Amino acid sequence: MASLRTTSRLFAASRPLFRPASFARTYATVDSNVSETPKMKTFKIYRWNPDTPTEKPTMQSYELDLNKTGPMMLDALIRIKNELDPTLTFRRSCREGICGSCAMNIDGVNTLACLCRIPTETTKESRIYPLPHTYVVKDLVPDLTLFYKQYKSIKPYLQRDTPTADGLENRQSPEDRRKLDGLYECILCACCSTSCPSYWWNQEEYLGPAILLQSYRWLVDSRDEKTAERKAALDNSMSVYRCHTILNCTRTCPKGLNPGRAIAETKKMLAA
Amino acid sequence: MARLSGLQRDVLSLYRQCLREIRKKPTESQPNFKTYARAEFQKHISVNKKDFSAIEYLLRKGNRQLEMYASPGIRNIR
Repeated sequence: MASLRTTSRLFAASRPLFRPASFARTYATVDSNVSETPKMKTFKIYRWNPDTPTEKPTMQSYELDLNKTGPMMLDALIRIKNELDPTLTFRRSCREGICGSCAMNIDGVNTLACLCRIPTETTKESRIYPLPHTYVVKDLVPDLTLFYKQYKSIKPYLQRDTPTADGLENRQSPEDRRKLDGLYECILCACCSTSCPSYWWNQEEYLGPAILLQSYRWLVDSRDEKTAERKAALDNSMSVYRCHTILNCTRTCPKGLNPGRAIAETKKMLAA
Repeated sequence: MARLSGLQRDVLSLYRQCLREIRKKPTESQPNFKTYARAEFQKHISVNKKDFSAIEYLLRKGNRQLEMYASPGIRNIR
């Protein structure tokens, strides 16, 4: 009862009884009355519409005033979509680098639009493309079917036959848990895989850095019991060994992870 | 018949695959599937035969559609 009362009091304190009727969801934009001189920047965005497949893809230019736009590329894209061109298509969800939906190629680098600051110099235009070497669904939306199929193929879940001693959780020592740091943070945005030249040329067989990082995450997991099977599935000339340590993956990862190291460790495990 | 290019053969093979899949559908709905498949191909009859990227895209789309409609849960189409 006591807890109920506190929550009701909390409600009364934090929320006005009557919301203004004009409540609308807004996106991060800078307050417009602080602007002095408009800072116009050009964004060149890849456009392609699947409904008219005979028309070639084009680059369309949009001009935005940076004073009225939020700091990130995603803010600019959302503003273009809201105010300039509602036909612009892109994926986005969390706007804080957790979901990995807004992965795209911005000024030549694969990154998440929500984690990429808009370069402040207005003389240079920003060029935005979908992830390279992927089939395009529309505008900035890539077709990641193959990527997800490959992810499924490594069985990304805990495989165990023996129950734990006390029938409760599968426990792990802090040292074993520490091995997963730098691996579990991967959000599967596909930035690294689509920046890898080996993956460009051998998409069908080579798994690519993102999937190999995930597969290593399950290889080193102390609770997983199918390590030998996992290793056997990787032990062929294509799955892992198409990695030639180009390390584009590590350079481009928007979460600052190191797929290159994970692949090297996988190779060490396979050789051992 | 004139010798066909690889892409033309791919399109024909997709059409044949469609016809084969249609034969697995219930007999009474087969004509519906057939008209639908034919209409889907007819829609893009005007694409220039040298417009490779468009044809390749349409082939991919067609294969995806075929995979979806081939599932045994789909019994009729209008």
